[in-house]
Amino acid sequence: MSLAKVLFVDDEVPFVEALSKRLAKRDLDVIPAYRGDEALKQLAVQTAVEVVILDVKMPGMDGIETLREMKKKFPLVEVIMLTGHATVESAIEGMKLGAFDYLMKPCEIDQLVSKVKAAAAKKRQHEEKIMQARLKEITLRRV
Amino acid sequence: MLLIIISVSMVPMIVVSSTLYLQFRHSYREKVNDHLSELVLKHKQNIDNFLQERLTDIRLMAARNGYERLKDEVLLKRNLELLQQEYGSVFVDLGVVDADGRQEAYAGPFKLARADYADADWFKQALKHDQVISDVFLGLRGLPHFIVAVHSVENGRPWILRATIDFVYFNNLVDNIRIGSTGMAFILNREGKLQTTPGARPSMSGAPESAVLQGLWSVMSAGTGDVRIVLREDSRGVENIYAGAFLKSGNWLLIYQQSAEDAFADLHWSFMITTLIMAVGMASIFFMAFTLSRMMVIRTARADEEKKLMNQKMVETGKLASIGELAAGVAHEINNPVAIMVEEAGWMGDLLAEAEFQESKNLAEFQRALAQIQTQGRRCKDITHKLLSFARKTAATVQEVQINLLIEELIAISAQRTKFSMVEVRTELSEGLPMVRVSISEMQQVFLNLINNAIDAMGNKGGRLTLSTRAHNEFVVIDVADTGSGIPAANLNRIFDPFFSTKAVGKGAGLGLSICYGIIHKLGGRIEVESTVDVGTRFSVYIPAAQGD
Repeated sequence: MSLAKVLFVDDEVPFVEALSKRLAKRDLDVIPAYRGDEALKQLAVQTAVEVVILDVKMPGMDGIETLREMKKKFPLVEVIMLTGHATVESAIEGMKLGAFDYLMKPCEIDQLVSKVKAAAAKKRQHEEKIMQARLKEITLRRV
Repeated sequence: MLLIIISVSMVPMIVVSSTLYLQFRHSYREKVNDHLSELVLKHKQNIDNFLQERLTDIRLMAARNGYERLKDEVLLKRNLELLQQEYGSVFVDLGVVDADGRQEAYAGPFKLARADYADADWFKQALKHDQVISDVFLGLRGLPHFIVAVHSVENGRPWILRATIDFVYFNNLVDNIRIGSTGMAFILNREGKLQTTPGARPSMSGAPESAVLQGLWSVMSAGTGDVRIVLREDSRGVENIYAGAFLKSGNWLLIYQQSAEDAFADLHWSFMITTLIMAVGMASIFFMAFTLSRMMVIRTARADEEKKLMNQKMVETGKLASIGELAAGVAHEINNPVAIMVEEAGWMGDLLAEAEFQESKNLAEFQRALAQIQTQGRRCKDITHKLLSFARKTAATVQEVQINLLIEELIAISAQRTKFSMVEVRTELSEGLPMVRVSISEMQQVFLNLINNAIDAMGNKGGRLTLSTRAHNEFVVIDVADTGSGIPAANLNRIFDPFFSTKAVGKGAGLGLSICYGIIHKLGGRIEVESTVDVGTRFSVYIPAAQGD
């Protein structure tokens, strides 16, 4: 069983491949995507995805736009922004839109893994709360 | 340029002054000449009249008395006394001479009775002419004198009545003309011999020289008009003006001599004054020309300097802009490959950790190489990130900030570093400064860069870092001063260039000050720097104050 199921979105194919392998080696289940819209499609299929690692700067649909769509359609998925710029502003904007955290490229793998773990943990906690709320609801209904 | 100014100013002055002077000299000379002419003419008439009168006197006497009566010495003496009563000592003696030149009768102070005048010039003349006035000669008595004689005829025999004119009296008559301190008059005969002795006066330049006098006769006779005026230089180099008029039917020449300097004394004065004015004028023109051109040179130099500075600034801004765009492009393009390289190296590191590689004897070497790749990758990342922030175009969030608070915050942030480097931090923050509209993060970036540079400049010896704020016109100025090593003058205008660094390779990318420069310029402010090697450096950051609205 992997630590978390991760969707990794970046237009740089070699980067995605290399990082995916490294993350897999650290017991993460990584699904790659190379475009914003592709990521959204993947999310629709791969419902088990807990954390999305999202590059801010991408051709076509960029990171911020993708993030907005994701949060709309899949509000529970946690997103970690990856930014190639020192444009902290766009990352901060991402945070405002509900991203979990941001990292600057190239990033330390250990840092990334711990962020992913934390994000996954948060998501699970979140889900658990929802679950419990539902349980409570069901229990209450039974009563 | 200097020559042009001088000549342009000098030429009109010289032309005007010399024209005026020449005109003045011309008319003044004319005036002096006229004056002299009149004087000489009057005297000539006086002297002519005098001589004519003396002739008339004795002619009358001869006519009234006749030869026979005058031969009587008593009567002659009586006549002389009469004349002397009338004219004083003008007549010295009287004599009656017969046709053979023998003096028949004589009245006078000398023993000249029976004197023989047959060979005397005047006698020969008197025989030929009606009347004669002789030149001055010593004669039998050995004293200078001259003779007036009239020729009469009685009983078919000519006889001559002669009178000696007192030389001293005549001399005085002539010598009476005196003007100035050097003017004198005298009479010359055809041979150029003096007929009177010019009275010696202490201030006089000296008696006329015979060489000059001899020339005068011919010069004067060549001239026209009643009075002829010439200028002559004597052997001592003194220029004299000579005004001459012919007397005694052209046998004598009355000359009035005066040194030109004396005659034209006023002219001389005006020449001196003109020269003085010219000299002063020239001196002032030289002075003005020199000063003006110097001032102009200085002003031009200053203007050039300013222009150069401005150009430099403009070039710098342009350079920064284009370098910024280039840097952003490069950073974007470099960043992703670097990220991939780092990840691939990381992946290799991951794989090396697996068991199958543990036996490899080069394992440690592989790991070291990969670590190196990652270190260098991170270094690239740092540079690209700085470049991107330097070139960043998106406006950071701007808000009104009290700069003093920001500075205090910054000091708190860098407290760790300053303590570590034994740097004493001082603040001199002015109260009541206007707010500034800035992005806090950018300001932090600017001042942390400056503070870090200051700390680096002071090395491990420590020193003093002074942060002060003040208001200056519409600007709020923050000074960051250190007591560090200073910046050599040669580097001073390059410190804001991107990638200019004096730090050891790998210690600094040389972008800090470029970033500061970019940020402050974007705000409409400026950064100034003054530095003295081994004394310290002061950066002054000018930020425009927020418009109070």
